[in-house]
Amino acid sequence: MIPAPFDYHRPDSLEGVMSLIREHGDEARVMAGGHSLIPMMKLRMAEVPHLIDLQAIDSLRGIRIDGDKITLGAMVTQHELIDHAELATKAPILREAALQIADPQVRYMGTVGGNVANGDPGNDMPGLMQCLDAQFTLHGPEGTRTVAARDFYEAAYMTARTDEEVLTEVTFAATGGGYAYEKQKRKIGDYATAAAAVLISKSGGQVSAASVAMTNLSDVPVFSQGAADALVGTDCGDAAVDAAVAAALAEIDPTEDNRGPVAFKRHVAGIIIARTIRGAFNRA
Amino acid sequence: MKDEVQTREDRVANLKGMGCSRKRVEDARFTQGKGNYVDDVKLPGMLHGDFVRSPYGHARIKSIDTSAALALDGVVAVLTAEDLAPLNLHWMPTLAGDKQMVLADGKVLFQGQEVAFVVARDRYVAADAVELVEVDYEDLPVIVNPHESLQSDVVLREDLAGQTSGAHGPRKHHNHIFTWEVGDKEGTEQVMENADVVVEQSMYYHRTHPCPLETCGSVASMDKVNGKLTVYGTFQAPHVVRTVASLLSGIEEHNIRVISPDIGGGFGNKVGVYPGYVCSIVASIVTGKPVKWVEDRMENLMSTAFARDYHMTGKISATKDGKITGLDCHVIADHGAFDACADPTKFPAGFMNICTGSYDIPVAHLAVDGVYTNKAPGGVSYRCSFRVTEAVYLIERMIEVLAIELNMDAAELRRINFIKKEQFPYTSALGWEYDSGDYHTAWDKALEAVDYKGLRAEQAERVAAFKRGETRSLMGIGLTFFTEIVGAGPVKNCDILGMGMFDSCEIRIHPTGSAIARLGTISQGQGHATTFAQILASEIGLPADSITIEEGDTDTAPYGLGTYGSRSTPVAGAATAMAGRKIRAKAQMIAAYLLEVHDDDVEFDVDRFVVKGAPERFKTMKDIAYAAYNQAIPGIEPGLEAVSYYDPPNMTYPFGAYICVMDIDVDTGVPDIRKFYALDDCGTRINPMIIEGQIHGGLTEALAVSLGQEIAYDDMGNVKTGTLMDFFLPTAWEVPNYETDHTVTPSPHHPIGAKGVGESPHVGGVPCFSNAVQDAFRPFGNRHTNMPHDHWRIWKTANDLGLHG
Amino acid sequence: MSNKMHIQLNVNGEAHEFLAEPRELLIYALRERLNITGPHVGCDTSHCGACTVTLDGKSVKACTMFVAQANGAEITTIEGIGSPDALHVLQESFREHHGLQCGFCTPGMITRAVKLLEENPTPTEEEVRFGMAGNICRCTGYQNIVKSILAAANEMNAQPSSSEAVGHNKVEAAE
Repeated sequence: MIPAPFDYHRPDSLEGVMSLIREHGDEARVMAGGHSLIPMMKLRMAEVPHLIDLQAIDSLRGIRIDGDKITLGAMVTQHELIDHAELATKAPILREAALQIADPQVRYMGTVGGNVANGDPGNDMPGLMQCLDAQFTLHGPEGTRTVAARDFYEAAYMTARTDEEVLTEVTFAATGGGYAYEKQKRKIGDYATAAAAVLISKSGGQVSAASVAMTNLSDVPVFSQGAADALVGTDCGDAAVDAAVAAALAEIDPTEDNRGPVAFKRHVAGIIIARTIRGAFNRA
Repeated sequence: MKDEVQTREDRVANLKGMGCSRKRVEDARFTQGKGNYVDDVKLPGMLHGDFVRSPYGHARIKSIDTSAALALDGVVAVLTAEDLAPLNLHWMPTLAGDKQMVLADGKVLFQGQEVAFVVARDRYVAADAVELVEVDYEDLPVIVNPHESLQSDVVLREDLAGQTSGAHGPRKHHNHIFTWEVGDKEGTEQVMENADVVVEQSMYYHRTHPCPLETCGSVASMDKVNGKLTVYGTFQAPHVVRTVASLLSGIEEHNIRVISPDIGGGFGNKVGVYPGYVCSIVASIVTGKPVKWVEDRMENLMSTAFARDYHMTGKISATKDGKITGLDCHVIADHGAFDACADPTKFPAGFMNICTGSYDIPVAHLAVDGVYTNKAPGGVSYRCSFRVTEAVYLIERMIEVLAIELNMDAAELRRINFIKKEQFPYTSALGWEYDSGDYHTAWDKALEAVDYKGLRAEQAERVAAFKRGETRSLMGIGLTFFTEIVGAGPVKNCDILGMGMFDSCEIRIHPTGSAIARLGTISQGQGHATTFAQILASEIGLPADSITIEEGDTDTAPYGLGTYGSRSTPVAGAATAMAGRKIRAKAQMIAAYLLEVHDDDVEFDVDRFVVKGAPERFKTMKDIAYAAYNQAIPGIEPGLEAVSYYDPPNMTYPFGAYICVMDIDVDTGVPDIRKFYALDDCGTRINPMIIEGQIHGGLTEALAVSLGQEIAYDDMGNVKTGTLMDFFLPTAWEVPNYETDHTVTPSPHHPIGAKGVGESPHVGGVPCFSNAVQDAFRPFGNRHTNMPHDHWRIWKTANDLGLHG
Repeated sequence: MSNKMHIQLNVNGEAHEFLAEPRELLIYALRERLNITGPHVGCDTSHCGACTVTLDGKSVKACTMFVAQANGAEITTIEGIGSPDALHVLQESFREHHGLQCGFCTPGMITRAVKLLEENPTPTEEEVRFGMAGNICRCTGYQNIVKSILAAANEMNAQPSSSEAVGHNKVEAAE
């Protein structure tokens, strides 16, 4: 499997990226770790005459924790997420989710930015970021803007990011309370048959706040306000969990693939969501 | 002398002969990255070949325009069927008596079929040129189901139009290949009519693929000056490849040298002869330069060597107390677009007629219908002897289904039907003579080792708890008792393309007491260089560490039929022992001369010949080797060499008892293998460490096949599982630890009593994992569900049984 | 046709410079330009790990990296891990515990295991299985690979060498 020829660019600043995008327009594409794009290029399903590698841009690197505010540079890898002790305390769901992505080698290369910006419904970070209510910072010719993860995804591989913009960082607040990321997959390296991210805060034995999002159960990640609402104010008993699951399932639209048909996926989604909710509640 | 202070045990240990866990001699190069695989071969001026492949499952080719590709800088040639036709190489004979297109001739019959072969300066230019070849297709109706194929008006193989008979007899339909029938049809029907209990079950053993980690490839180099063709390739049978290459090309066999270098796993994938090999050879002849072809993983999964794809129906009859009285089986065998199955000529369905299994079944009948479809050709034995996996799966499922029908424990049902120890050699109803076995002993040992009764009690408790709503997890106990038939084979009934399936070993002892032995087989990871030296060490009394084993170069190795179907130890291993014995016989005469006694007055003792009754008088094999070359001995010619071509009198019949315990999440369909116990009896054990390694590996391939690995097609003939994202190869994370155990029942006809083991764990493992899944649902009315038991199919089983409320 | 680039790689302590198309995959650059044929191509899609090398301290799959991306990198392959006279403990251990059969996955497997033990010198069996999950073996069923790595870890820890890193990166399995 050999990709078509391309020109390679490795700018060391965002300005450099912008000028390359200006120069080459549609023919240019930015690449972070490359583990989504390179296989597509090798299969000649993606043609990229000008490949812009973001690896040399220092400003896209690093995990910054400022009190309760957490900022992940777009080029932060899943390996770095897993390896970061403070992050594991401030937002442990990231580590839990990152460990379930791909395999060790891919996690050394796979980045937060690539995972969230690509718009691949199979990626785990988008649902996670919706659960965290993260903000994505986009840098483009018009300057910088911020889009909420919950507003970012439009359809498979279609996002609020324009072709001229680069996703530079992801910010969210540290989490308190319970968390869980559960993913059913066929094997290491697979996308989810169904996966869910849940955060729950508890007060006096009752759910005081909740956030529920799902992965690979629609052509976009699915954040379910209804599921969260069904949990808040309850003791997370069976009835509340059932209601939350019902609300979540009302918002998904899985498609049949090699993992199985829709009925199976909907059923498994319900099970996974319930388990994730209970897991998060028990940790809260 | 130092030798004299050694005990006999020391001397035995020094040899590192049979029975010890000798460390592998292959490992030094592999652990340092110094293996030499086909893609590592780099010859001066070497060109790269790459295929244009069909995106369609069935289409007519209206035109092929290669001009743009040829115009690309660095492209040397683009071959199509039209170019090969004058050489009569656009089609080639298959191993199954059919023929197969090398490059698409007028139409394509499966997705991924080879249409044109681009030869270019490097792999990059070749890949670019592939994109530039324009093929105009007109799509035709696609048939991916063999049952439909037999009803369809669509003629898949137009080249066979009007031929009512093929290599294996009459054809019933234009998409039908053969009917193969064995056993007593009427007798079986009669027994079924009068039986207390008859149960019938259909099952589909899905299409899968051996998928070794190294794909197939070749480097062909035609030396036009000397008229010599050298071909390096991923060949499990290099000598056969040489003969086939000679027959196809017209180049005399002595001018062809075929080399199988290190092979990165075979499992059956590298038995066949593929268009890529042929095209690299033709391209080298045409261009006069070496040409390399190495397929990528998608090409591998889509075009070379599928396995299985058997639609089987079994009918089994028994008395009401469980004694089996008859077995009737029918198979619709999906062979894809060309019948390229790798089976001995007289066995178009391989040894499927071992389907009476380990049981004393008085009468049986088997009929197999081979059918063409729009799928890739192949039909290799994936880590098993020819179709033995299918046979064992069928009988081990039928036993379970019968147990359900009789409301009996499946372990007990097996026990009362086993062939008894005293019945061996045992002739089965379908014609095989089982050489040896002690099934009851193995079975009892296995059941006791896992505390079978305790497991059943635990399972019953689990079912009760499930019914009370206390758990959503069920427990399955998978049982399998299998008998393999390996070591093809006696030349009288086993040949491939007319070549008898003997094997060979040639030994040269060097003057200083070391040796080289060459065999007609080829290791693909089995450790031949280690284990064959062990056989020889025990036979000739020179240390294994002083014996080099070489295989795979047809210029130096003796002719042999290669490595597959667990035949290396049963056949080449026997040849090795026999050649060793010839060495020993000559050594005995030399020793007697040196010791000044009669030949009959010396006897072999570990590493020496000693004078009978006077153990202090001896000559070591080292002494004898030196004398053989350097001392004039009247009546004995100099040198110490031997060759043996071994035609086995019978196959060998390894067997085993496997038990798997699995927990199944009813709601998600996720299985969790809690325990796997494998008892194998492969006769004499040459290297326990290697045997164990083979069993771990075979079980893991069985796990994969049983729980998810398949080559799936959609209705349009598109392969849905073309990459390792979808084609299930488990990682370390999905695989359990296995418990291994053994009994030893030596083969009575094999020189050292060994039977072969590499494939047993796969053959026994697949039904064992499958039975575990199915057993979990037995208490809820499950009788049979088809593999692969991936999450959704397990979930579906639960769903169909109403377990999701 | 794209322009060729000037590429510099430091592989196993040796500097290499050459011109290459940016699309050239790192694995082929190593194998075909530099004749470093230890790492292999198994799947082409970053699933099997036969092509694993260490690049700037990371285990990466060289089939899914362009040589242009690797420009300037420090790379270690199996060829740089031990020498015939001084094998790495893992190389010895794989032989001792029969952690390989056909040998095709072995270079990637050992290269990955070296990195795994660097990051986690005292792994549990579960951590080894999880940490090796990016490398497929078709022959061994992994049991002896896991055994080889655990044994090597024990041996390395028993050696009174300079190993300072102590399990700062223990990774619990994620399922």
